[in-house]
Amino acid sequence: MALTKKEVEHVANLARLDLAEGEAEAFKGQLDAILSYVEKLKQLNTDSVEPTSHAVPINNVFREDIIIQPLGQEKALANAPDRADGCFRVPKVVE
Amino acid sequence: MEIYELTIHELHDKLKKKEVSSVEATGAVFSRIVSIEDKVHSFVTVSRDEALRQAEEADKRIASGDMRPLTGIPIAVKDIFCTEGVRTTCSSKILENFIPPYDSTVVARLKSEGAVILGKTNMDEFAMGSSTETSRFGITRNPWDLDRIPGGSSGGSAASVAASECIASIGTDTGGSIRQPAACCGIVGLKPTYGRVSRYGMIAFASSLDQGGPMTKDVKDAAILLQVMAGHDGMDSTSVNTPVPDYSKGLSGNIKGLKIGLPREYFIEGMDKEVDAAVRRAVKELEGLGAEVVDISLPHTEYAVAVYYLIATAEASSNLARFDGAKYGYRAAQAKDLLDMYKRSRAEGFGPEVKRRIMLGTYALSSGYYDAYYLKAQKVRTLIQNDFVDAFKRCDVIVTPTAPTPAFKIGEKTADPLQMYLSDIFTISVNLAGLPAISLPCGFTSGNLPIGLQIIGKGFDDETLLRAAHAYEQATERHKKKASL
Repeated sequence: MALTKKEVEHVANLARLDLAEGEAEAFKGQLDAILSYVEKLKQLNTDSVEPTSHAVPINNVFREDIIIQPLGQEKALANAPDRADGCFRVPKVVE
Repeated sequence: MEIYELTIHELHDKLKKKEVSSVEATGAVFSRIVSIEDKVHSFVTVSRDEALRQAEEADKRIASGDMRPLTGIPIAVKDIFCTEGVRTTCSSKILENFIPPYDSTVVARLKSEGAVILGKTNMDEFAMGSSTETSRFGITRNPWDLDRIPGGSSGGSAASVAASECIASIGTDTGGSIRQPAACCGIVGLKPTYGRVSRYGMIAFASSLDQGGPMTKDVKDAAILLQVMAGHDGMDSTSVNTPVPDYSKGLSGNIKGLKIGLPREYFIEGMDKEVDAAVRRAVKELEGLGAEVVDISLPHTEYAVAVYYLIATAEASSNLARFDGAKYGYRAAQAKDLLDMYKRSRAEGFGPEVKRRIMLGTYALSSGYYDAYYLKAQKVRTLIQNDFVDAFKRCDVIVTPTAPTPAFKIGEKTADPLQMYLSDIFTISVNLAGLPAISLPCGFTSGNLPIGLQIIGKGFDDETLLRAAHAYEQATERHKKKASL
């Protein structure tokens, strides 16, 4: 199945990736090659097969609700690209 | 023999007998790094000052009689494990200046044993690759042939062991990233059972597949390192709370009567002739040690790469959504609004392979395609798991080649992502099934390139595969040959 350039741009938008000039075309060719390779899965009838999301069957892991020492504001902000007044600063969100 | 060439257990004995101090051993390893790192480039970051301070502490500990198997041992750690106060990049521009505020559980465990952390090893960006060529910080070269790749994604960890730039190292394996580089570099690489080793603080690629493990000069060292790494961790909900056996104790050298499965699907048309011959010889040698060979079939093997590249990329697209330029990591300059900040920070911060996989994964999960790709892949994953369940009714371990070829040339596969993905054809099924597997040296090509033997075990039976690998290694001693640099 061949992707259209428009589909590639749609996926890039979903993935929050800006595409440079010509990048959509390049991705289109590479993704087409990979998608046509994975088409082979269609050879298998899996109608009655349960999907596996995880190799080890662990569900609903609980622990005691105990208070632990949090990271602290200074450490949490130490890697921030931009900060102000003890907060992460980002471009204006609301109009 | 030089100090930097020693194994963990050999250096441990010398430290114990006070023949050498940890500060001296660490100094010797750093001298080795200084003399050959220009050629190999195993490390992204070398943390000399911290390491020497840890070595001093270790020496005090040894003097006080409080010595553990890793106390004072210099170890290199893949740059995917968070290290408090030491830059952790995942070999990506997006984390170029990231200094973690906490230690990953694996690193914390190493530190509490008194190990010395030498620095952070190079890798494919976000562990996505089989050659370490997608690193933002330059390629790593194979110590056996500097024109060839060391494998990947844990290529820096493998090369650092093969080049004696450390005593042992730690890597991670999502589709073969410990075993394939171990094979390429002629060392031992163990991917433990999924859930055996905590993934807390190990930067996530594909969470249902990722597992950390040891990369070492011999099997005994792998057992020693796994002993420290393994165990339940409340900080990782996928870590399994079952008792950890004594891995070293099981290394008896005795594999009489052990049933070894030989899957016919792993000895395929087009495989490198020398790899095929070396693995077949290894099977004979295992038989010579008293093992019994059983022909088995893993019929869905040919679908594993396709399943993997849907599941791993889908999980990656979700995991890597956290890199948004807001809280840590690279942020594009002068974003005009929030969406622009996300899109440009990610476009400028991620390399081409990471973007390609995020795109593929996003597509596989997107509305209208989820059932056809992601759900389909999860169903075939079940079939692959069932293949192993059936096979293990007839054998104790499974033996295969680790990779279809020895280390390939730098640049040989970078233009064709699919060809690169096929380098993991023999390692991927193991991750999909969550099983333990080890790669160890089983010979060399006529061009003196190492060849890896893979031994796959039953889930949570890492012990038996270590015993089989150890018996083979001790009988053949192929691990003793060193790369000449």
